Amino acid sequence: MGVYLKGFLIACKGIPTTVWVSIVAIVLGAALGLLLALRSQTRSKVLRVIAKLYVDVVRGTPMLVQALIMAYGVPQLLQSMGSDFKWANLVIPAVIVCGLNSAAYLSEVIRSGIQAVDKGQMEAARSLGMSRGMAMRLIIIPQAIRIILPAFANEFVTLIKETSVLGYVGVVEILRRGQLWNASSFETFPAYIGVALAYMLLTIPLSKAINGYERKRARKEAAA
Amino acid sequence: MSMIEVKGLVKSFGDLEVLKGIDQNVDEGEVLCIVGPSGSGKSTMLRCINRLEEPTGGEIYIDGELITEKNLDRIRTKMGMVFQQFNLFPHMSVLDNLTCGPINVKKENKADAEKKALDLLARVGLADKADQFPRNLSGGQQQRVAIARALAMDPEVMLFDEPTSALDPEMVGEVLDVMKTLAREGMTMVVVTHEMGFAKEVADKVIFMDGGYIVEQGTPEEVLSNPQMDRTKDFLSKVLV
Repeated sequence: MGVYLKGFLIACKGIPTTVWVSIVAIVLGAALGLLLALRSQTRSKVLRVIAKLYVDVVRGTPMLVQALIMAYGVPQLLQSMGSDFKWANLVIPAVIVCGLNSAAYLSEVIRSGIQAVDKGQMEAARSLGMSRGMAMRLIIIPQAIRIILPAFANEFVTLIKETSVLGYVGVVEILRRGQLWNASSFETFPAYIGVALAYMLLTIPLSKAINGYERKRARKEAAA
Repeated sequence: MSMIEVKGLVKSFGDLEVLKGIDQNVDEGEVLCIVGPSGSGKSTMLRCINRLEEPTGGEIYIDGELITEKNLDRIRTKMGMVFQQFNLFPHMSVLDNLTCGPINVKKENKADAEKKALDLLARVGLADKADQFPRNLSGGQQQRVAIARALAMDPEVMLFDEPTSALDPEMVGEVLDVMKTLAREGMTMVVVTHEMGFAKEVADKVIFMDGGYIVEQGTPEEVLSNPQMDRTKDFLSKVLV
């Protein structure tokens, strides 16, 4: 039994890195996703095409491939062009890739949330003399956030799990901790069970919280 | 000078021409009621006045000023709009619904805006609802809050788009009472309505629209009690039972 506990505890040492990367990435993703979602609403055709292209590329390629391009490919390209660029820490490209990834998914979530807000809300705001931007900021987006909160939290759970590929680009997160221990101890089964449990420690409470929130909201709406 | 001047207003949705050249003036302090069957263009005309619909052709002047893309946000602050579906902001308390326009658009300070909002709520009989959220109010109460929200901007004109059509019958009266008081106090009002009793009692001028045209216009007595056009007579015979 001791060996399983050890495997779990070693995997848990990766939790701070995994959580830290996930949080920075989701914040980055939410900010960029909001920009993308607002872009896709604009009248400018060029901006709309760029936003669409970005989403298609990110959703159409594996995150591991994107991470390898960003962490190793980009420095090599820049070096071949005469620059001495090198990532100060491989966590940086890892966080960027995770952020860009969740931005692509979240932009769709945010866009659908904005569209789910009743059209009359924008009309009421504009008829008070608000500009389009002010109406978005004060009236539409606060209502959209309530609508998309569960989908947003689900994306966070997905992101936590997806950061497991970052071990391949040199980030020592949960999975990488387990792999390293496995390589030195050959306790393969306890090592990976420990890794799985460490992920569950993060994802299951989060999923429960989302479900609780959705049930509460459904009750509130039924009462209104 | 007219408060609202509509000149040659045309509006098409794709191939469908909804307004086919409307000319209409509304003087300061005047109450204009627009009646007519569904699809006659009466709501579209009202929505064109504050540019919730972009006119296809024609000009609209508010207080002598031509509405353009540039001055639109400023001119809209002179026009209060009340919608059929209330369109209160559900994520804000009643008080915040009333103050968010004055504070954010007109840059009034919070204390003044709140004081004015509470006065307005008292005027529509809802002083005790300031801290409630819209979902906890009845339809009639929500519409009265919506009227107060529009008034909080100190508008020179109030536009009403079928303000009682979404209400349960027993709540129509309380909303019409607020509107009657407003009219008596001299507010310039344009009201799209199916409430013929209200139009007869309050309107200075009634226009009957059908098929994108103004078919007939005049005092309430002329249009509603003694219509000249067959189309008007036919419509009124169906709604005035």
